[in-house]
Amino acid sequence: MTDAAADRVADSPALSTSRGRLIGILIPTAWLLLFFAIPFLFVIKISLSEAAYSVPPVSDFLIWQDGWPVLQATWANFALILDDPLYLQALLGSLRIAAISTLLTLLIGYPMAYAIARAEPGMRTPLLLLVILPFWTSFLIRVYAWSTLLQDQGMINSALMWLGVIDDPMRMLNTEFAVQLGIVYSYLPFMILPLYATLERLDGSLLEAAADLGARPATTFWRVTLPLSLPGMAAGCLLVFIPAAGEFVIPELLGGPDTLMIGKIMWQEFFNNRDWPVASALATILLLLLIVPILLLDRTQSRAEQG
Amino acid sequence: MAAADSTDTLVSIQGVTKDFGGTLAVDGIDLEIRRGEYFSLLGGSGCGKTTLLRMLGGFETPTSGRIMIDGQDMADVPAYRRPVNMMFQSYALFPHMSVAQNVAFGLEQENVVKSERDDRVAEALEMVQLGEYGRRKPHQLSGGQRQRVALARALVKRPKLLLLDEPLAALDKKLREKTQFELANIQVKVGITFIMVTHDQEEAMTLSDRLAVMNAGRIVQVGTPGDIYEFPANRMVGEFIGTINVFEGKADPENSAVHCPALPCPIVMEDRVAAESGSQIAIGIRPEKMRIRKAGPAPAEAAPASNFLAGKVEDIAYLGDLSIFHVRLADGRIVQVSRTNITRRRDEPLTWEDAVEVEWDPQAPVVLHQ
Repeated sequence: MTDAAADRVADSPALSTSRGRLIGILIPTAWLLLFFAIPFLFVIKISLSEAAYSVPPVSDFLIWQDGWPVLQATWANFALILDDPLYLQALLGSLRIAAISTLLTLLIGYPMAYAIARAEPGMRTPLLLLVILPFWTSFLIRVYAWSTLLQDQGMINSALMWLGVIDDPMRMLNTEFAVQLGIVYSYLPFMILPLYATLERLDGSLLEAAADLGARPATTFWRVTLPLSLPGMAAGCLLVFIPAAGEFVIPELLGGPDTLMIGKIMWQEFFNNRDWPVASALATILLLLLIVPILLLDRTQSRAEQG
Repeated sequence: MAAADSTDTLVSIQGVTKDFGGTLAVDGIDLEIRRGEYFSLLGGSGCGKTTLLRMLGGFETPTSGRIMIDGQDMADVPAYRRPVNMMFQSYALFPHMSVAQNVAFGLEQENVVKSERDDRVAEALEMVQLGEYGRRKPHQLSGGQRQRVALARALVKRPKLLLLDEPLAALDKKLREKTQFELANIQVKVGITFIMVTHDQEEAMTLSDRLAVMNAGRIVQVGTPGDIYEFPANRMVGEFIGTINVFEGKADPENSAVHCPALPCPIVMEDRVAAESGSQIAIGIRPEKMRIRKAGPAPAEAAPASNFLAGKVEDIAYLGDLSIFHVRLADGRIVQVSRTNITRRRDEPLTWEDAVEVEWDPQAPVVLHQ
C-alpha cells in the first residue's frame, strides 16, 4: 500500500502548470460561449416568439406596456410541432436514418481503421491521406456526383444492364437508400480517424499477452481489441450521428419526396415559409434529442473509468 | 536446482538465428535448459536476449534453427498453443478487466469450468499476496502489485515454462530487492522452469541457477553465477559481471607466471597458464581478492617476489560494508581494491595520497581470453 501512495504523489501535477491549465480551460469556454451558447440563446428566444410580417419575421420578445417590460413568450411553436405528426415523423425519421447510417459507417470504417493501424508505420500516413483526400473536393460536388451515378441512366444502372444483371434500371436516386449511401460516403472519414487514433495507440503487448494466455486471434479481437477501442467507436459514432441527424444537403440532393428529414423541414420553415419561430423550435428540440445520448455516454464512460 | 538431472532437458535451442532485415539479432545459438531451472539470459541492450525469449514465446519466428520444448518442435506451434507463458516487461495487464478477470482470462481459453477457475484464480492471487485485490482494476494498483498480478496471471495456467522479460526493471530499487526473493521463493514452490531476460547482473546472479551471458546475438558463457564470476570465459564477461582489474603481459607457462610491464614483479598463478611462452595474454583479478595495506617506512626491505604492487591512494569510496580504494600505479593506471570493513573504527588509517602495497594469493588471478 505504501508504494501505491508513492505512485499518487508522483502523479500530482506541478504547481507551475496550474495557470497554463486555467488558460487552457478558458479559451474553449469563451469560444463555446461566444459562438454556441449566445447564438443558441437567440434561437431559443425566437422559438418562444410569434411569427410576424416584419424584419426579422418575428414579433418582439419583450414589449413595454405602461412603462413596464412584459415578456411575450409563447409555447405555441412547440405545441404546434408536437401536435403535427409531420414534424415528429421527420424527427424520428432523421434519427432512424442517422442511426442506420452510423451503424453502417462503423461496420465499414472499423476494418479500414484497423487495417491502417496495423499497416507498416511508413504506410500509415499515405493511407490516412487517402481517407481524407475526398475533402479536397467540395462536399456539394461530391454528393451531386452521386446523383449522376445513381440515376436511372447513370453509370451504375448502365453497367449492370450491360452486364445483363438487370433488364430495367433500378430506382436508386431519390430513395432512402441513396440518402444513407450519401451519408455513409460523406461521413466515413469522421468514423475512421478517431477509430484509427484509438487502435493505433493500442498497446501491442496486450494482444501478445492474450495470445500468450491461449486466446486465438478472433478471441483476442473480441475480448481485448474491441473493448479497448470503445472510446474511439463512441467518438466516431457521435461525429457521424450528430451531423447526419441534422443533414440537409444529402436528403435534398439524393432523397425523394418521401424521405422526411428534419434538416429539410427546417430549411422549408426558415426559407420557404419564413416561419422562424417554428424552425427555431425544431432546432431546439433536435439539439435536446442529440444532447441526451452524449450525456448518457459521458456518464457511462466516467463510470467505466472509475471502475 | 542442483538436483536436476543434466539429461532432463526441457528446452532445447538448436542453431537458432534471427535475421531482422540484414541484422542478425540472434546469431546461431545452441542452448539447453533443464527442467525446474531458474535460467537467466543476461546482456546489454541489443544483445539479442529479448529476441531469443520472444522466439520461445512464439512472438518471433526463427530465421533458421530449431526450438524444442519438452521434446516437441515449436516450429509450427502458434503462441496461443504453446505450453509457455510470458510475463511482459510492461506487464500487459488488460486495463478493462479486473485483477481476477485478468488472471481468469487464460483459464477461460482452456475452458476450465467456472468453479475450478475461481478456485485457481483465488489460489494464484493468494500466492502473490493479492487475495483481497481481485475486484480492483489494474490502474488502481501500484507498480509492485501490477507486477505480481502479471506473475499470477502467467502462473495460473501452470505452464511448463515461464518466460520473464525484465520482470523487475519497472520497480524501484528497494522493492526490486524484496521482489527478487519473492520471485525466487515462488519459483521453488511451483517448480516451473523460469527463463528470465535481464540486463541487471546483480539480479541475474541473485536469482538464477544458471545464466547465459550474451553479446552481439551470441552466447559468450553459460554457467552458474559462481562459474561466471570466478571463471569468466573472456574479458567481456569479466568486465560485464562485477569489477575486474585487467593486466596484460607475457605468458611464462613454465613458472605459471605472467610478466606484466605495469607491475614490479610477475603474477604467479596456482592454475596452469595455458598459453604459448612469450605470448601476450590478459589476467584479471577481482578487487575483493586483493589486500591493501599502508606501505612500511623502510623502502621495500622485503618486497615480495610476486603477486604484489605498490601505488598511491587516488580515491576512496566508502560504502559502509566495504570500502573501495582506487590505487594509482607508477604508470598512472588505476587498480581497484575493495576491503570489507570488519572492524568498527572512527579514524581510517588509509587516506588519500597514502603510499600503499597491494598483494594477492596465487589462486586470485584468472586468465582472460580475448
